[in-house]
Amino acid sequence: MAHASSYRPNTAIGKWFDVRLPVMRMMHDQFNDFPTPRNLNYLWTFGGILTFFLVVQLATGIVLAMHYIPHESMAFDSVEKIMRDVNWGWLLRYMHANGGSMFFLAVYIHIARGMYYGSYKAPREILWVIGVFIFLAMMATAFMGYSLVWGQMSFWAVTVITNLFSSLDSIVDGLGTAVVQWIWGGFSVGGPTLTRLFSLHYLLPFIITGLVILHIWALHVPGSNNPTGIDIKSKSDAIPFHPYYTFKDAYALCLFVILFMGLVFYAPNFLAHPDNYIQANPLQTPPHIVPEWYFLPFYAILRAIPDKLFGVIAFAGSIGLLAFLPWLDTSKVKSTRYRPIYKWFFALFIINTLVLGYLGAKPAEGMYLLFARIGTAFYFAHLLVVMPVVGWFEKPSAMPGSITDDVLGKGSGGGRPSAATASPGRR
Amino acid sequence: MTIAAGSFAAVGSAAALWPFVDQMNPDASALSLATTEVDLAPIEEGQSITVSWRGKPVFIRHRTPAEIEQAKAVKLEDLADPEARNENLDDSAPATDENRVKDKKEKWLVMVGICTHLGCIPKGQRVGDEKGEYGGWFCPCHGSHYDTAGRIRKGPAPRNLDVPTYDYISETKIKIG
Amino acid sequence: MRNIASPKRKLLLAVAAAVLYAASVAGTPAKAAGEQTIETQKWSFSGPFGMFDRGQLQRGFKVYKEVCAACHGLRLLRFRNLGEPGGPEFSSAAVKALAAEAEVQDGPDDEGEMFTRPGRPSDAFVSPFANKNAARAANNGAYPPDLSVMAKARARGPDYIYSLMAGYKETPDDLELAEGMSYNTAFPGHQIAMAAPLDDDAVEYTDGTAPTLENYSKDISAFLMWAAEPKLEERHKLGFRFMIYLIILAGLLYLVKRRVWAGLKH
Repeated sequence: MAHASSYRPNTAIGKWFDVRLPVMRMMHDQFNDFPTPRNLNYLWTFGGILTFFLVVQLATGIVLAMHYIPHESMAFDSVEKIMRDVNWGWLLRYMHANGGSMFFLAVYIHIARGMYYGSYKAPREILWVIGVFIFLAMMATAFMGYSLVWGQMSFWAVTVITNLFSSLDSIVDGLGTAVVQWIWGGFSVGGPTLTRLFSLHYLLPFIITGLVILHIWALHVPGSNNPTGIDIKSKSDAIPFHPYYTFKDAYALCLFVILFMGLVFYAPNFLAHPDNYIQANPLQTPPHIVPEWYFLPFYAILRAIPDKLFGVIAFAGSIGLLAFLPWLDTSKVKSTRYRPIYKWFFALFIINTLVLGYLGAKPAEGMYLLFARIGTAFYFAHLLVVMPVVGWFEKPSAMPGSITDDVLGKGSGGGRPSAATASPGRR
Repeated sequence: MTIAAGSFAAVGSAAALWPFVDQMNPDASALSLATTEVDLAPIEEGQSITVSWRGKPVFIRHRTPAEIEQAKAVKLEDLADPEARNENLDDSAPATDENRVKDKKEKWLVMVGICTHLGCIPKGQRVGDEKGEYGGWFCPCHGSHYDTAGRIRKGPAPRNLDVPTYDYISETKIKIG
Repeated sequence: MRNIASPKRKLLLAVAAAVLYAASVAGTPAKAAGEQTIETQKWSFSGPFGMFDRGQLQRGFKVYKEVCAACHGLRLLRFRNLGEPGGPEFSSAAVKALAAEAEVQDGPDDEGEMFTRPGRPSDAFVSPFANKNAARAANNGAYPPDLSVMAKARARGPDYIYSLMAGYKETPDDLELAEGMSYNTAFPGHQIAMAAPLDDDAVEYTDGTAPTLENYSKDISAFLMWAAEPKLEERHKLGFRFMIYLIILAGLLYLVKRRVWAGLKH
């Protein structure tokens, strides 16, 4: 959000820099003084939490790569060597493994928050679409990282997911097979596959970092959305990011880290699958293969459809469609708070996604399969039918006139000093 | 002139890109085709073995007369995939039981044991395994059922299990590949 | 107040729901043919303050060495691990002696020949078979898996191993076992290629512990848990300090946050 810069360099070196590379000015304007809606709740702390986990994953990942050996017969043992012999190796590896899970937990809350409060609507469409790309890149990175352990689940996950591309065979004969062999570097998943997965697993987080910078840039043009979905209209609607949100974010982050480190120290394998402690065996598929918990809803969608090509299309569509939310949602108001009908559909959508996740962990047969089909139909119906149709006929409930009205009650907007200049409580 | 220069440069860039793409394709060592020889004599009727060929499992089943009858009784129009998928025959060969095996050797079914859906290895090779609704193989990953000729009958897999190129080098010995 | 309380509550609910959901999904045991009977045991190492029982690990090692080691390897362990803190903590003399009992292949020597020598603490445990095929050939086609991470490679690892050891029961009349198989209530499908490896008095205990199948089963499970997770004690100890630190930090941050926001109605 464009606002007059209040940065005043007060040292000689600060002034010298400011006319050459005003990086301090940018940091000050964007992260210190940045006008932010005064009514953000704790759901808005997940952006900061996600940034923290990106750093955790990069830091632990870079040092783990100093010990890991991406070789078909050595990968599994090298992970165990990290766990046994490398100084602090067990801590770094468990942090990296559980950090991935926490990253996804946070991103799902972040996405759900964006959906509930209509954060994807104008003028934040590009912000949202970049977010979907970050999510896709995260999924690819997590999938590749999981494969590096080279346990049974790693190996068969790679086999099943790379084989998704073979469905192209039913469009152009032979194309799918060629693509799959190109990905594998052979006629089955093997050594060449592992080394390229490692290379890309190291590369992708830096692409994510680049996307995150764009994401924050796109956020700072219109500024943050807020629970009312009403834009900042007057100075009393906004407060400076620091110290208000720096401390609020830090507090929320600390709580989330307690959850994270609790898992690392006391239940490090709780979210993992035991079969991944069995070294990969290309001649034997585990009786029941499941992806990591954060892929389960999408996996349920893949399996719900009895046709290979359409299953893959639905799988890709369930994620890809999210990018089109800004144009699928026809509602005139952003926040679901003021949408009496959509509110219920949204709750249903969340529950449905959780149920799909549960079904993704179950065998694809009998009742499980039936429910997964119903859930899949619901998922797509929500995005393709409910969002455009409900927004079109729904009458929004009464809304406050401004953010200030919402916080202080109607008509009390005048009495407060303008918040951007308000002095925060003593630190 | 600008267009000519531009397109000439574009051709060059595309050509320069190709090595970066093509390096991922199977390399020379992966392409050097290996063959596997298998002695069928020790496999008793009703038994199956799995051998490794180019890193892939190959299923060999010594079918019982009942299993052969069952496979022969199936009408072509009941098959999800009507093509034989037999590397030893033409692409257009129909998926009759005869076309899934070698002439006069119909008790020996040889095929690549990789589910044509997403590449898992179906169950049904070992005695206690679940064999699916059609008595052949069952893929636990996404629930594909194969019959006693390795043909897809139910589930998401699009094709019958592939029959690799193989030949009898003696009465009871085959060479795969 | 209304405005901060409700989103907070919602958020807490959301996080709680997400965690519960993850738990329900992760906790879903893999379904396998033949219901497995797995008995939950009390382990000294479970819970946030759990530590291994040295005596139990030493006894478990003895069971491994005298019984399991005939067929099962422990390739990821090194003899020195037996003396390291958090494990059985044998004395360094005992570790040296245990290592020396093993025949380790080394070389090539000056003539280019491979040779065997007594093991040293830095050597890895020697697996009983040269490779998978040799193991299968010697065991009627079944492969005795390496046990290094077995306690983590099965759902409810130590409970499973205990139940497997204690799960050799009378074969039911209506079940026909395949050749060479044994009936076991903890094994998926109930037919296992491993014959009952332990029985009362199979291994001599010198510390007064009763030499029963029950105790052997417990001790070997605890030992294999340590083998799979040798840093468990370190993890629990560090975790305690780290959590205290985080909780204090969270408290401080909360106070600062409250103070910062105090001047602003919200």
